[in-house]
Amino acid sequence: MPEKQLMKGNEALAEAAIRAGLKGYFGYPITPQSELLEYLSRHLIDRGGEFIQAESEVAAINMVYGAAGCGKRVMTSTSSPGYSLMQEAISYIACGELPCLLVNVVRGGPGLGTIQPSQGDYFQAVKGGGHGDYRLIVLAPNSVQEMADFVFKGFDLADQYRNPVLILADGALGQMMEPVTFPDYNPEDNLVDHSDWATQGKPASRGPNVITTLHLEADKMEAVNLKLQEKYRTIMANEVMIESIQTEDADLVLVAYGLTSRIAHKAVELARNDGLKVGLLRPKTLFPFPSQHLAVLADQVTSMMVVEMSAGQMVEDVRLAVNGKVPVYFQGRMGGVIPQPDELLKRIHQVYSSSSTQVNS
Amino acid sequence: MEGVQCDYLSELDVVWDRSETLTEKPFHYCPGCGHSVMNRLLMEVVQELGIQDKTIGVAPVGCAVFMYHYMDIDMQEAAHGRASAVATGIKRILPDRFVFSYQGDGDLAAIGTAETIHTVNRGENIIMLFINNGIYGMTGGQMAPTTLKGSITSTTSSGREYDRHGYPLDITPLISQLPGASYVTRQSVDTAKAVRKTKKALTKAFQFHMNGGEGVCFLEIVSNCPSGWKMTPIESNEWLQDHVFNHYPLGDIKPFPK
Ligand SMILES: Cc1ncc(C[n+]2csc(CCOP(=O)(O)OP(=O)(O)O)c2C)c(N)n1
Ligand code: SF4
Repeated sequence: MPEKQLMKGNEALAEAAIRAGLKGYFGYPITPQSELLEYLSRHLIDRGGEFIQAESEVAAINMVYGAAGCGKRVMTSTSSPGYSLMQEAISYIACGELPCLLVNVVRGGPGLGTIQPSQGDYFQAVKGGGHGDYRLIVLAPNSVQEMADFVFKGFDLADQYRNPVLILADGALGQMMEPVTFPDYNPEDNLVDHSDWATQGKPASRGPNVITTLHLEADKMEAVNLKLQEKYRTIMANEVMIESIQTEDADLVLVAYGLTSRIAHKAVELARNDGLKVGLLRPKTLFPFPSQHLAVLADQVTSMMVVEMSAGQMVEDVRLAVNGKVPVYFQGRMGGVIPQPDELLKRIHQVYSSSSTQVNS
Repeated sequence: MEGVQCDYLSELDVVWDRSETLTEKPFHYCPGCGHSVMNRLLMEVVQELGIQDKTIGVAPVGCAVFMYHYMDIDMQEAAHGRASAVATGIKRILPDRFVFSYQGDGDLAAIGTAETIHTVNRGENIIMLFINNGIYGMTGGQMAPTTLKGSITSTTSSGREYDRHGYPLDITPLISQLPGASYVTRQSVDTAKAVRKTKKALTKAFQFHMNGGEGVCFLEIVSNCPSGWKMTPIESNEWLQDHVFNHYPLGDIKPFPK
């Protein structure tokens, strides 16, 4: 039986990456993710990987590009301003279909902002972020345990789809300590052979492997795009992950991911104590987004309420999925403020009564 | 040679041929451009040293962006300015491979200056090739960090002025100051003799890493851009000899460690 350890989210993520067979880490310090970089600086080299503290996030992500192009498991981690700096190369990585793991331990913005937790980078994470039509697979953990679990899942998905995977966490998940158990995972059993496309040195038996994202003729570039879109559709069909809490009989369903899903969960418990039929749907994958699940729920409930630490970003995707069938309310805090269960409960009571009057009238 | 239909040729000895490490794709470079010579030289050296299966190259954004079409080796195309970071990533993951980056002056000494300095400063075991033609060739002839005083470009229509545009950035001597640089040289490809010297320097650089040498081998090639300079190839080489080499003097700046 694997034993439980008490760890910070950032450190659990770093330890999981080593256990997942990490061969290269390239990063730059920024709060609130620095423990990740520090942990890997202490442990990765002794356990079979390369570590570089780069001169900038721009350099770090371009090192990831080069290293991922060799077909080995590599990653970087950063927080919001650093993630913004990486966008050009992430677009190249997505277009070049290079498998790798990215981590954004989000802090409050815009600008230099605050080191307090936030979910204000949702648009950037799931809609692209850099230039051109591309998508990352975006995983949203809500516990230290999932900070670890999603690393294994993330590397497996990255290898399977030849697509960069982003773990979208936040400062609180990175910093808080919780018990974590590492699964039995042997990287050797899960590695994918990338030698057919990766740049590893050209043997006489094959032509050169070239990683490029330049296709000057419009029809060739469109063909690249069509292939990417086809892959994204497969991912959307197969890889949605959700957690559903007391939605079966719910009139009102909260939708929240990451840290806010835990606060929303608490608010659901409080509301149930008050006799209100409230549930929670938590997307674990933000891309692919659980639009189907939400569309089905929309036929059952009288309203939904999205909770985010942002001005309202994921709420747009929920509204698209629900397509006007029921009202979708929003409750959010910004700038690093974490919403509290009692403020959610208050809003739940308001929404619940107004929705039921709507339905009754 | 494929495509050549003269029967009498078969009776003669082949004295010159395309390196096997070059693909059959014709170069897209303008006639007389130094990039052509450097692309060919690189592949000649890789072939002569027998390291085609162990060499991985990184192409820049600039006129040499398509060099992977011509080189029959595994290659990656980097974002503008980031070739040395990409090469770092490759070399750290595959330390027994020989990795080179190839960049123009805008790529290496403007947008990628930080990556250039820090790749050298870490002493990565790679070869960095720097093609200094004093202009942004690919984007149509704008001022480069290395453009000399008075030079007319599409963004310095009355010539580069120091007080307005700053000074030509002479980055190679700066690079040579860094302990991570093991070999720093400045060469050219404007004459047959210069080409031979450059080839020798390049060969020594690869051999240095093949023999376990550590640190960056940095080779600047002071080159031409006939199209951007609006000169014939011959005029552009004469211009190099008469006006450019005195500003960027040729020769070894930091010899190999003893
Ligand atoms: C981020 C980014 N900025 C600008 C460009 C446009 N661009 C392409 S090549 C180039 C300059 C190339 O000049 P140089 O590096 O000197 O190489 P040369 O073409 O002269 O060989 C620029 C500015 C780009 N591709 N990407
Ligand atoms: S534009 Fe200049 S640098 Fe580019 S290929 Fe032509 S001559 Fe060479």
